Amino acid sequence: MSLKVDGLTVYYQSLRGDVKAVDGATFEIADGEIMGLAGESGCGKSTLGKSLVRMDARMRYVDGRVELDGKELPVWDDRKMNPYRFKHVSIIPQYALSALNPTRKIGTMATELLASRDIPLNGVVDEFKRRLKIVGLPEDVLERFPIELSGGMKQRVVMVLSSLLDPSLLIADEVTSALDVSTQRAVSELLVEFRDRGFVKSMIVITHDLSVLYQIADTILVMYAGKLAEKAPAETVVHAPAHPYTRMLISSLPEVGVRYAEKRLIGIPGRPPSLLEPPTGCRFKTRCPLAFEKCAEEPPFVEVAPGQAAACWKATA
Amino acid sequence: MWRYLFRKVSIYVVTFVVAVSIDWAIPRFMPGDPIQGLLSRMQAQPQASEELTSFYTEAFGFDVPLWKQYLNFWAALFQGDLGLSITNYPIPVTELIMGALPYTLALLVPAILLSFWAGNKVGALAARRKTLDNTVLPMSYVLTATPQMWLGIILAWVFASSLALFPVSGAYGFALQPEWSVEFARSFLHHWILPFSALFLVAFGGWAIGMRNLIIYELEADYSNYLASLGAPTRLVRKYAYRNALLPQITGLALALGAVVAGAIVVEIVFSYPGLGTLTLNAIENRDYFLIQGIFLFLITGVLIANLVIDIAYVFIDPRTRVGMQGGA
Ligand SMILES: Nc1ncnc2c1ncn2[C@@H]1O[C@H](COP(=O)(O)OP(=O)(O)OP(=O)(O)O)[C@@H](O)[C@H]1O
Ligand code: SF4
Ligand SMILES: [Mg+2]
Repeated sequence: MSLKVDGLTVYYQSLRGDVKAVDGATFEIADGEIMGLAGESGCGKSTLGKSLVRMDARMRYVDGRVELDGKELPVWDDRKMNPYRFKHVSIIPQYALSALNPTRKIGTMATELLASRDIPLNGVVDEFKRRLKIVGLPEDVLERFPIELSGGMKQRVVMVLSSLLDPSLLIADEVTSALDVSTQRAVSELLVEFRDRGFVKSMIVITHDLSVLYQIADTILVMYAGKLAEKAPAETVVHAPAHPYTRMLISSLPEVGVRYAEKRLIGIPGRPPSLLEPPTGCRFKTRCPLAFEKCAEEPPFVEVAPGQAAACWKATA
Repeated sequence: MWRYLFRKVSIYVVTFVVAVSIDWAIPRFMPGDPIQGLLSRMQAQPQASEELTSFYTEAFGFDVPLWKQYLNFWAALFQGDLGLSITNYPIPVTELIMGALPYTLALLVPAILLSFWAGNKVGALAARRKTLDNTVLPMSYVLTATPQMWLGIILAWVFASSLALFPVSGAYGFALQPEWSVEFARSFLHHWILPFSALFLVAFGGWAIGMRNLIIYELEADYSNYLASLGAPTRLVRKYAYRNALLPQITGLALALGAVVAGAIVVEIVFSYPGLGTLTLNAIENRDYFLIQGIFLFLITGVLIANLVIDIAYVFIDPRTRVGMQGGA
């Protein structure tokens, strides 16, 4: 197992109370697995991804353990976590287009970053150039400022930089969302290529776009309102989903290959609940057509078929 | 790039011409006749008065039509000739200004540079340390809200009058003459500290607050978070944030120059410091129009040149302006 997450719970502190953005996430990712992470906007995808690398100032670790390659990741301790970042676990943030310091040339920024981590530059800089070529960027982007690059180019630079030290786990947060359709396709195929070339061992790909996941992900994890709803191989999620929420997500797609982002409000009636005071029991029960008495209790996230896990009383029954 | 520079410089030249023209016009259209004033101060005999009037009118160039006076003014300006002082006739205005300028510069330049440097450093530190933030920030707000004259008076009262640690007025001891000697230098420094502090502290407060707020903003920017996610040490994240926060501060420096110069004028007056400020006060009291005109011209030119330098320097430190220029050109 490359990654093992057990009961990870992360809240945001806000004036009105804790926002329970990730609650008891438990899942595993195998070596070489590309796991898609899907769900409506605000369900906690980015929060889950970020908590595996670096919690920002407003995030509060509540509970849970994370293991990477058999070693515990001290995700709750910002300082102890530092040696693992970049080298073992790395992230392409959702805001990749503004992730580069606007007043530093790409090359300067990269070398200063590497030097600050005491990483010998000689081999790495050449590798950086080589990988830029692989993603279709000219070598001279190193001499440019971020403002001189297009959105797609910046996205790729961040992709190459984040994965430069061959981390075990790469988290790619919405890498395709800000791009046009053809660039989207190219970038998502690059993710697979990065895995195939061994630049990264396994990957979490967060996206609004189920069709992208269907193309590139081995497994898909669906989240709903801070909870895991379902995890299964991509084929299973699309063709035989177990959780009512997944089913509604999939059926709201006119056909696989069309983005669901624009459709989701039409597809699933109602709105996701507030994460400040989420419903007790199954968090989906306010919108679930199958809800019954038992749903007042919280359904466990358990295996419902080989390789398929879901949190729903109907699916287990 | 060159186009951009050309455009910038042109704007400054136009500003300069307009400012100089206004500077020329104001004393000429102000009520009161400077020559009558001069004569009444000389208490000339009535019979001599007429002769003197025509003599001075000619000497000051008032005997030609206005448009010609205006052109003469420009012509003289390019030869560094700002006319003669009325009160100190016939000492040239330039000479009086040159005598006072070193004192003003000795206050202004260190006050501007040191307050900018120290204010930014302390502001950046305050953003990191709670205790520092809770002490420096309120103090800075008070300092920057205090008019320099006020602060000058308070400093003079506490440290000069009450505690008698520093002299109340002047730039050096009565018994001394300006010269390159240790004794003079010591006396000069002793006199310099209070007026300098008044200017320094007010400006310092402003820079410290500005930097503190800017750097907090930069530290929350996406690029800072990304760096931290890649395990960059705080040192590097802070260095980038500081550098980027400094850019708006530099623009602010250009904007603040005028205010600092105005502050220096009043502070000099408080401490009877023999710089341009005190000279201005004397000139105004004595209606020495050419002197007033000359001093203003000097200050305007100084501020404009400093602004131009900052503007051009900015292009070299912020790559974003350079790209914008390529796009626009
Ligand atoms: N700094 C914060 N303070 C308080 N609440 C926050 C903060 N950041 C995010 N949240 C809340 O946490 C929840 C999860 O946010 P998150 O960014 O993980 O969602 P997401 O699934 O990535 O959404 P999207 O698809 O729009 O990126 C949201 O409901 C959001 O309102
Ligand atoms: S547990 Fe109940 S409410 Fe929740 S998804 Fe299943 S059926 Fe619907
Ligand atoms: Mg997100």
